[in-house]
Amino acid sequence: MTMRPDPTFHASPKLAMEAPAENFAYTLLLSPDFSKPDALAVIDVKPGSPTYSQIVHTVTMPNKGDEFHHFGWNACSSALSPLAGHAFIERRYLIIPGLRSSRIYIIDTRPDPTKAKIHKIIEPEEVFKKTGYSRPHTIHCGPDGIYVSTLGGGGKDGTNGPPGVFIMDCETFEVLGRWEIDRGPQTLHYDFWWNLPRDYMVTSEWALPPQFENGIVPEDLLSNKYGHRLHFWDLRARRNVQTIDLGANHQMALEVRPAHDPVREYGFVGVVVDTTNLEASIWTWWREGGKFHAEKTATIPPEPAPKEQLPPLLQGFGAVPPLVTDIDLSMDDQFLYVSCWGTGEMRQYDVSDPRKPKLAGSVHIGGIARRTPHPNGKAFAAGPQMVEISRDGRRVYWTNSLYSTWDDQFYPDGVPGVEVMANAGGNGGLELDKDYFVSFPDGYRAHQIRLEGGDCSTDSFCYPSV
Amino acid sequence: MGWPLAVSAGLMDKSPRALFRALWALSVGHLVATLLVLLPFALLLVLADWQRPIQISASLLVIAFGLYRLIARRHPRALARIPPTQLALWSFAVALAHGAALMLVPIYLGLCQAFELDAGHQAAGELMQASLGMAVLVSLVHVAAMIGAGGCLAWLVYRYLGLRFVSRSWFNLDAIWATSLIVVGVVALTFNLSRWQ
Repeated sequence: MTMRPDPTFHASPKLAMEAPAENFAYTLLLSPDFSKPDALAVIDVKPGSPTYSQIVHTVTMPNKGDEFHHFGWNACSSALSPLAGHAFIERRYLIIPGLRSSRIYIIDTRPDPTKAKIHKIIEPEEVFKKTGYSRPHTIHCGPDGIYVSTLGGGGKDGTNGPPGVFIMDCETFEVLGRWEIDRGPQTLHYDFWWNLPRDYMVTSEWALPPQFENGIVPEDLLSNKYGHRLHFWDLRARRNVQTIDLGANHQMALEVRPAHDPVREYGFVGVVVDTTNLEASIWTWWREGGKFHAEKTATIPPEPAPKEQLPPLLQGFGAVPPLVTDIDLSMDDQFLYVSCWGTGEMRQYDVSDPRKPKLAGSVHIGGIARRTPHPNGKAFAAGPQMVEISRDGRRVYWTNSLYSTWDDQFYPDGVPGVEVMANAGGNGGLELDKDYFVSFPDGYRAHQIRLEGGDCSTDSFCYPSV
Repeated sequence: MGWPLAVSAGLMDKSPRALFRALWALSVGHLVATLLVLLPFALLLVLADWQRPIQISASLLVIAFGLYRLIARRHPRALARIPPTQLALWSFAVALAHGAALMLVPIYLGLCQAFELDAGHQAAGELMQASLGMAVLVSLVHVAAMIGAGGCLAWLVYRYLGLRFVSRSWFNLDAIWATSLIVVGVVALTFNLSRWQ
């Protein structure tokens, strides 16, 4: 309980862009063979600092086998929601779920990120008992609590009942229970986000735990059994109001990125692979006349490659699929960044006309066949994966691991954890920063990045940019 | 209470009309909440012999609620689960949750006394009419004051001050609010005890 709202809470996306830049980047580290405990790395990203681009603090967990993946804050700009009428909380705790263990860590980042420490651990049993869900994934701070999406239902392999969203208290971190009242046809889950004043939520689909925990299941992919639908919900009534099937061949509809400005009722979702031609695609969804619509607005073709350059999984195809595994939208809703983890490319699309994305910039790094090194000459294993944009839109950070078992299938030579950064021009254009290159300790891979004071996939706003 | 909702509505629809529509919904909800709390007391006033105990109980009720708000500092987050389209309901719920309506009770009972609405010689019917009239009047004046102040603030932020003002001007008044409930209750209690013969 504070006397003033946290200074990193902003009423509109425009105010968030004008706020001071980030000094620290938090990055999740995972031990892919589960031999070591997972960790949170705190990286100095303050230009001119003597420890710039170095890990200045690590919080190592007490357990093994958690598999860190995504994470988020206990509170963000959504606390300024005029409906909540109570913004006196702090952006202080990072909520880190173990995707494999279902354990949730609460990390205290105050008074100083370089002294971050474990505040509380929520054991998997509490999640199972209170929600019937497992494999917690995406974290979003809402005005009435912390929302957590899950990939698994009950039972040992998470297939006993559908996965969904649950809510936690943002101060006591008590698991409160399931969010859904009526899930409609939703049986798979992945990412979710919302438009708070317009009162809707959008959720996407990846797969059930048996389809991802031990690696990608090629038979399931080729028979189109991975997720390919978007679900739209009445946020406060907690009901599924509409489901849009992107088509069964559009396998794995992952990150959901609504426009940050709540007046704009549209957003984007990335599809990993089209099983008819190995293309990846970007889809735009929007609301018009009380109904939601979605259409494919950009495609990225596969790149032919000789068999000897391909992992066994892809040798029968003779080509590298782009594999769009993450997308992120800049705070002004102008640029969409698209990670092509297979071909080793970070694409920047101008989406000022949301249904006509235009390629505005691109950098190549890594890739199954290309294997482009960093401009500083160092090797970059795998390809661009989890991407995070600074609030002012000028710095784009990314790491290179997708998921322990999947990394091994697509990149059998190993995926040493790396984080890089590219500078974005105000009117488009993207260039890797020669001075920013973080190599993580041996045996660790890196997944999601969170930036101090919020970034382009944490905060939700209740007021339009004016 | 709730003026940022009016700012948000105005900005989302890019129209001052939406701002005033929101203010209207907010006042209706607040008015209904205050009336709901005041009416039982208006009806109780008919029991002329029980004037004092009613007033003392009302004061104690306000003090107790103030203490509860002071000790249980957790904000009712369920308010954020009310759909943004149901502003009147939100305003109604928040007026009850914060005790804004309850605070009026001692003031209302005091006014009834000042205007001798509780005099024992009046017929019950007349008394009822007069005390109900007073309850409506008190609620209307209260809501007019609240919406007047909140509405001016909403308009200033919407038109001149800008959104930065929303987070910059927002102070945590929970403790002050709870204390003021207690103060109102204590003042009414002291007044009633001193005059109880």
